[in-house]
Amino acid sequence: MSKNNLKSDKILDQRGRLCPMPIIAANNEITSLSKGQILEVICDDPGSQSDFEAWTKSRGHSILSSSNISNTFRFLIKKGE
Amino acid sequence: MSKFSKSNNKKKKLVIVVSKGTIDMIYPAFVLATTAPTMGMDVDLYFTFWGLNVLTKKGVKSVKLASVGNPGLPMPNVLGMLPGMTSVATSMMKKRIEKYWPSVPEMIQMIKDSGGRIHACSPTMGFMGVKDDDLIPEVTDIVGASTFLGWAADPDTITLFI
Repeated sequence: MSKNNLKSDKILDQRGRLCPMPIIAANNEITSLSKGQILEVICDDPGSQSDFEAWTKSRGHSILSSSNISNTFRFLIKKGE
Repeated sequence: MSKFSKSNNKKKKLVIVVSKGTIDMIYPAFVLATTAPTMGMDVDLYFTFWGLNVLTKKGVKSVKLASVGNPGLPMPNVLGMLPGMTSVATSMMKKRIEKYWPSVPEMIQMIKDSGGRIHACSPTMGFMGVKDDDLIPEVTDIVGASTFLGWAADPDTITLFI
């Protein structure tokens, strides 16, 4: 599933969608999780790395791991407050 | 509560003046306005001049792309003057955009759903002859320059003019 044996509580596949749709979807999806749970997002908008960093920083979430395999990004995001 | 708001106990706000009514001018504003709430920011959109057309019941369904004076289009600029080219350019662009993004009415609904406010410019309504009844129900209110400057003067507000 992902590196470091981290297990996600929810997976959100946003491949094929462009900015800002993956962020909006992730922002909606993370509301259904509780603090400390992990949302996994898979997407391929080329700006995803920077955008997900900015979004998580602004909301107090944290990116536990991120990968980019031939422009498909995978983020494990731990929900903050 | 976001980290943004914690730093100074006040929410940041995004204010955009939407002054143009074409696809290439509307979507950048809507993309920022739909993203801002995900960053914990408030949103106020101020529609003026040709931007106001987008808030009318007729205009919201027929946002176009200008084929004249738009050298970025992938065709010789002089062809843009031919009859029917605006609708050709519009349908071409709409097809591409709506593969990835919601339509204009859907974007407006998203902004409303996330708590954003949509304002119609009062003087524009006057000289364009737009009546209250012509406006889509998503419009929050009709306000003027002083109201806009009131938001813009706030140091926690980011103001853009598109």
